[in-house]
Amino acid sequence: MSMLKLPAHASLGERVWHYTYLVICGLIFLFLISPILIVIPLSFNAEPYFTFTREMLTFNPDGYSMRWYDRILTFGMTAPDAVRDSSWWKDVWNNADWISAAKNSVIIGVFSTLLATALGTLAALGLSRPEMPYRRLIMGVLISPMIVPLIITATGLFFFYSATGLAHTYVGIIMAHATLGIPFVIITVTATLVGFDHSLTRAAQNLGATPFTVFRQIILPLILPGVISGALFAFVTSFDEVVVVLFIADFDQQTIPRQMWNGIREQISPTILSVATILVIFSILLLTTIELLRRRSERLRGLSPG
Amino acid sequence: MSTTAPPAPLLPSNAVDSTGPITAADGTPLQTALSRATRKARIRAFLLVAPLLAFVVLTFVAPIGQMLWRSVSNDSFSANMPALTAWFAENEALGSDGGPEGDGIPGEDAFEALATDLKGARENRTAGIVGTRVNYDLSGTRSLFTKSARQARKLEAPFKAALLDVDEDWGDAELWSVMRSASRTYTGDFYLAALDMQRNVDGEIEAVPENRRIYVPLFVRTLWLSALIAGLCLLLAFPVAHLLARLPLRYSNILMIFVLLPFWTSLLVRTTSWMVMLQSQGVVNDLMVAVGIVGDDGRIQMMYNQAGTIIAMTHILLPFMILPLYSVMKTIPHDYVRAARSLGATPSTAFWRIYFPQTVPGIGAGVLLVFILAVGYYITPALVGGSSGQLISNLIAFHMQKSLNWSLAAALAALLLAGVMLLYWLYDRLIGIDNMKFG
Repeated sequence: MSMLKLPAHASLGERVWHYTYLVICGLIFLFLISPILIVIPLSFNAEPYFTFTREMLTFNPDGYSMRWYDRILTFGMTAPDAVRDSSWWKDVWNNADWISAAKNSVIIGVFSTLLATALGTLAALGLSRPEMPYRRLIMGVLISPMIVPLIITATGLFFFYSATGLAHTYVGIIMAHATLGIPFVIITVTATLVGFDHSLTRAAQNLGATPFTVFRQIILPLILPGVISGALFAFVTSFDEVVVVLFIADFDQQTIPRQMWNGIREQISPTILSVATILVIFSILLLTTIELLRRRSERLRGLSPG
Repeated sequence: MSTTAPPAPLLPSNAVDSTGPITAADGTPLQTALSRATRKARIRAFLLVAPLLAFVVLTFVAPIGQMLWRSVSNDSFSANMPALTAWFAENEALGSDGGPEGDGIPGEDAFEALATDLKGARENRTAGIVGTRVNYDLSGTRSLFTKSARQARKLEAPFKAALLDVDEDWGDAELWSVMRSASRTYTGDFYLAALDMQRNVDGEIEAVPENRRIYVPLFVRTLWLSALIAGLCLLLAFPVAHLLARLPLRYSNILMIFVLLPFWTSLLVRTTSWMVMLQSQGVVNDLMVAVGIVGDDGRIQMMYNQAGTIIAMTHILLPFMILPLYSVMKTIPHDYVRAARSLGATPSTAFWRIYFPQTVPGIGAGVLLVFILAVGYYITPALVGGSSGQLISNLIAFHMQKSLNWSLAAALAALLLAGVMLLYWLYDRLIGIDNMKFG
């Protein structure tokens, strides 16, 4: 791992320190990644344990199984042991706890993301104009949902929603999650607008484009990477949020993180690990998408040579 | 998007000589035309932000406002005990030596009002609400209210004797002092409670006995653990960020995955992983037994205590320290250190005198961000913290969901909010919220 070259004249002490430093960095990277990766093999455990069994360590196939993944589907079903035909799958779709939690999470996530992205992009366009009045103050207010502890937001929403009848409604949860996602949209879109060449829009106007055409043809293509990564952040924020849901949602409005929270607090079962594995794969896909978008954005804005 | 005012014409070469103000193409003075155009541009920029601002005010600012309102107003006593509340308002504080007999207990008229209210509470089934409210300040009194309300219909004059007959606790001076403060709809008492203070029988503010102090020690613990976690994050992030900043881009991009993947992974997944790893039968303990650091009977308890909170939160918040540090370190030219070395500085002098001072903005940004986030953590301490690893957020949740003392929860949340807002302001002053970046 000698990617950092030592000069030829480095003393012995410097060499020893250099390699010690690399080992320390390696251990820190291990600390960062091991909790993410450890759940993957453990989720295939044939036994209801949270550690590696002797069979697993010797790569004995008997030590591994898909039973906890099966449990994601069967938990909450009316007839889990029936023949696995179309009616069994229908039972899964309608009754399995994790499936209905996933449905709720996706519905809430998609709508709150749409709301946050639409409002956030529009606001970012205004905020990045030099003439924007009270820019700093307004920016501070709009970013604060990311900074204020979730427990405070949840407490406030609990009082407010109880008084206005929004408690236990999907609309209420979607609005709350949109608020939590908005700071990310604003930050990512504003970042793509830094160094935005305003002569482009002026040129378009000179050539007779309407404001809407300017937005669609000039601005949107340039800020699109920022909009999409902001939207992904907003979606992940909603998809991972549990505190607000615990405070304002109805009992049967379960989401994936809430179901995990309940599972961990009541009786932790390895099913949680199989769900966690699926979520880790999900975040790997997201990370890849974000990285591709970032590169595309930098290329479009001419910040890096591709 | 477009500027409707026509562009100002180029000044004619004799503009300086011409008399009167410079005018725009349509004849209006240039200054007026310009300020009108600027005003329009300002309004247009604001209109783009307005929908979101309205939305955030509705779903965020107003709810927090309502929470702050809750922390200073509680009408569960005054709304359900109107007669006694009126009596308290008309009669100044008795004090420990007040009352007709000088024992801090009021006379017959107060007991008559109490009996009237208890009858009303019986009819409206509100004795429990009132009892709960008084119980916040004086434990064991909830049943006094429910029990007395059940027998309220039988009460007859003289009410003082009758009520003392129902339960002699009605002759407790402290109860009367507590009821008096509970009868105030608008009160700072919940903030007193949140700061481990109370009013004594004479209405003076005093600290609660040391063994009953809960909240101040918990605030202190929250601050201390957050500072510790921020410090640990800095310690771990510094070498890694330095390595990432120095490596050629093609290597650092790969290693960056180790930072960004945890960052993008669900908080609950990361917390679950730590629960799995830190269990006494978990991977870390198994590994230590296998290597021989500890015996099989000496497995270390790393979860359901402070250690669990510290380990898991350090891991979860570490990317928030690495990323700002990395972005600052990337801009530091290595030439300075090389120049220092060639001028004879030892490696450690070159590092501490030349390199380190340039990383301070990144350290400031990272430490502040991690500290702000750590102070409000709830999920992770609740799952891995046991009782010694709980933070202030967990107590707010407890009062919201279990003890149902919502006003106290709101007061604790308001104090936490004030602290976080102060740090947020500091962050904006020092680093600027515009400079926050992800990934």
